[in-house]
Amino acid sequence: MNIHSQHKIDYLLYLADTALILGQRLGEWCGHGPVLEQDIAMTNISLDYIGRSRLLYQYIATLTESDEDRLAFLRDEREFKNVLLAEHPNVDFAYTVARQFLLEAFHFPYYSELKNSSDLQLAAIAEKTVKETAYHLKWSAEWMIRLGDGTEISHQKIQTALNELWSFTGELFDPADYETFMLQESIAPDLNSINKSWKEKVQQVISEATLTMPENQWMQSGGKQGIHTEAMGFILTEMQYMQRSYPGLTW
Amino acid sequence: MITKEHIFELLETVLDPEVPVLSVVDLGIIRHVEIQDELVKIQITPTYTGCPAMKMIEMNLQAAFAVENIPLSIETILSPAWTTDWMSENGKLKLQKYGIAAPIGLAGRSLGLFEKEIQIACPRCQSVHTEKISEFGSTACKALYRCLDCKEPFDYFKCH
Ligand SMILES: [Zn+2]
Repeated sequence: MNIHSQHKIDYLLYLADTALILGQRLGEWCGHGPVLEQDIAMTNISLDYIGRSRLLYQYIATLTESDEDRLAFLRDEREFKNVLLAEHPNVDFAYTVARQFLLEAFHFPYYSELKNSSDLQLAAIAEKTVKETAYHLKWSAEWMIRLGDGTEISHQKIQTALNELWSFTGELFDPADYETFMLQESIAPDLNSINKSWKEKVQQVISEATLTMPENQWMQSGGKQGIHTEAMGFILTEMQYMQRSYPGLTW
Repeated sequence: MITKEHIFELLETVLDPEVPVLSVVDLGIIRHVEIQDELVKIQITPTYTGCPAMKMIEMNLQAAFAVENIPLSIETILSPAWTTDWMSENGKLKLQKYGIAAPIGLAGRSLGLFEKEIQIACPRCQSVHTEKISEFGSTACKALYRCLDCKEPFDYFKCH
């Protein structure tokens, strides 16, 4: 395999893995949501993310000798390229909302730009994705505001979540080698302009939610290169257990 | 000799498993139909990326054509992305009768934060005195509403 196609596959894996792992995290809320409607909302969003990851894995499978199930269920931790923020545990509803908002505020401008990718299959996937991302962004931004501008306790909980998750946001804008190569090929969007839209949106919602912007701090990274947090092994164990125990199992 | 009319008759018998009054034609997911010698080629497009009904729809399409021994090849295309603008008027009427409020207006406008949808009429009593409970419903394509007059909850097929 030449270096160009390896970069492309790594890049597609980064997008697919981020979608799958975030979808799996949201799916953990199934049957445990604070109220029925929000349980349904989180699992709906989860399904959108799993659907997105499938489109991306199916595309990767056409470029490699693999298939979507192998890619999702039989790779090891170090082979996953999702951002660390996606694997962060749910903790509570406030953490889940803050994690979702920070990622949706990134995904919305990101996939809007990706619609113009020189890779036509990726552009088509982005076209579908961005329509669904609009709902996710609205849902998560409204909850940021409800919780922030809510009671004393909800305010405190969402502020804590925001502060704790902040150190994982730097990675979104810190390009891996494969992203830089993909930008040169006009396949991936320019992270500088995405960063600008992201900051504007985050500042606007944080201010409307009467929350305080977290202080600049040291940023965690590594997910895009396969160096994950402790949480990653646990989520993969749960997600991959069936295929690992009963190889080739189908419904 | 297979005709296009006959293919569409067959397609009309294949229903969305989650909204079993709408055919795949009503839904607007059939993008192209072509007859090549004895083979029928159709292009379909998914509604939502994570819609679990898509796989079942493909299986039901294959089954409907297999009954008449017509070889069928299905290709999934993603672009242009599906929109409720492609739903047939007949489909919207069927939805309404089934108790699901049909999508209103053209897709493509996204709502601002906390912005309310235009008034959605209750499919049971036609009152427009209704409110949204949640943007997300029992399937990806629906939102949850309730009627403030007859007090019944109902589904709204989102304009998407
Ligand atoms: Zn009513």
